[in-house]
Amino acid sequence: MADASAKQVLFEPIFSNNPIALQILGICSALAVTTSMNVTLVMCAAVTAVTAFSNLAVSLVRTQIPGSIRIIVQMTIIASLVIVVDQLLKAYAYEISKQLSVFVGLIITNCIVMGRAEGFAMKNGPWMSFLDGVGNGLGYSVLLIFVAFFRELLGAGSLFGVSLMPVVNEGGWYIPNGLLLLPPSAFFIIGLAIWGLRTWKPEQVEDPDYKMSRHVAKEAF
Amino acid sequence: MAKAKETVSRTLVVALVLSIAFSVVVSTAAVMLRPAQIQNQNLDIKSNILSAAGMLEPGSSAEQIEDAFERFDVRLVDLDTGEFVDPSAVGVQDPMKYDMYKAASDPQMSTNIPSSEDKAGIKRRPNVAKVYTMSENGQINRVVLPIHGYGLWSTLYGFISLEGDLNTIEGLGFYAHAETPGLGGEVDNPRWKRQWVGKEVYNEDRSEPQVRLVKGGVSADAQDKEHKVDALSGATLTSRGVEHLVNYWMGDRGYAPFLKKLREGEV
Repeated sequence: MADASAKQVLFEPIFSNNPIALQILGICSALAVTTSMNVTLVMCAAVTAVTAFSNLAVSLVRTQIPGSIRIIVQMTIIASLVIVVDQLLKAYAYEISKQLSVFVGLIITNCIVMGRAEGFAMKNGPWMSFLDGVGNGLGYSVLLIFVAFFRELLGAGSLFGVSLMPVVNEGGWYIPNGLLLLPPSAFFIIGLAIWGLRTWKPEQVEDPDYKMSRHVAKEAF
Repeated sequence: MAKAKETVSRTLVVALVLSIAFSVVVSTAAVMLRPAQIQNQNLDIKSNILSAAGMLEPGSSAEQIEDAFERFDVRLVDLDTGEFVDPSAVGVQDPMKYDMYKAASDPQMSTNIPSSEDKAGIKRRPNVAKVYTMSENGQINRVVLPIHGYGLWSTLYGFISLEGDLNTIEGLGFYAHAETPGLGGEVDNPRWKRQWVGKEVYNEDRSEPQVRLVKGGVSADAQDKEHKVDALSGATLTSRGVEHLVNYWMGDRGYAPFLKKLREGEV
């Protein structure tokens, strides 16, 4: 890990080591904020900023943090950054921050942020950690944007709020699929995305925990 | 090195320094951005009011919203007597600063609604409401009233705008709710909201509010069609909630005493 190149650190998390698709982290917000592209993009930017800067900050003080309180120190750093991001959104992107509501605050509990701080930033230099944060943020963003694309297009007939397929309720022809506006639909789309990704990169397929043995017992007919 | 940073005193020092450093960061951000946030919130409320009154052009700038809102007078009304009260009665200088939803949870400033009368499902009602009136030549020609009540999953908060006759609805809109997207969430659909325009709240005798949300649409020859609005399809409970909350707030427990006084020119 320590001698990985900057390019690897930055781009590996996008497809090869995607935090959502491979590590299955950060699913909660992937369900909650993906009903429209605008909201998703802001959420992605917020998460990327928080992961990048929390990694940077954790890495800067990593030699000073006593092992016994390292998790709480990371938590403090992450929580402070999240509050700052939340305040910035309320001041400069009020409409979107209203739609994101509690989910900005919940970035604190996003496993990706904490996972990268503990797993990478505690062992690597500031610049690499920063890139790792950006990379994982991008990996998160790619998957969220993929989910949001289908949810907004098929669930509301629009993209970025611009109506592409006029829906019946507004006098058009498209009957929107209401399921896609509800959180469970994101599970299906993420599942399909993981399937697609692992078909493309079969090395991501995990070994099964156990193998079914061949059925050999004779049935009593 | 690994040894040196594991001592108790070292742990305390690191914890203390980090806490102080980050509390400075957080407080600076909060204090510096506060004015911009307050401005955003106020602008948001103003644009909701304008949008209920049908006065909000899509894509208006902040200045346009402020200018349009200037035409409104912000007044406080005692809901029991229906009379205007001075802002100082609720402890504020500027009526705009009064928060009736905060007052609703303060026992001193609100009253309990007996459950038999609590159609809107809100349990407590503030004693004083904040209303927005617009007048021309001393004659009130528009009133925007805040309304709220329970739908299916959430409390809906919104505004209803009445014309100068204090009976004809000029617009209605909800700015905060968490109803099911695509079903109850269609309360935000502009096409649905447009149906409310021109509907009448009261009968000739102006007593009980008569608003009904009905299934299957309102045909041109329907009886009482001036009081009827097509309910949201697939959202029976949200529709019922909207019907109840409109009737509650337009009724005797809501704004009826105020509207009566206003109509008779007593306030």
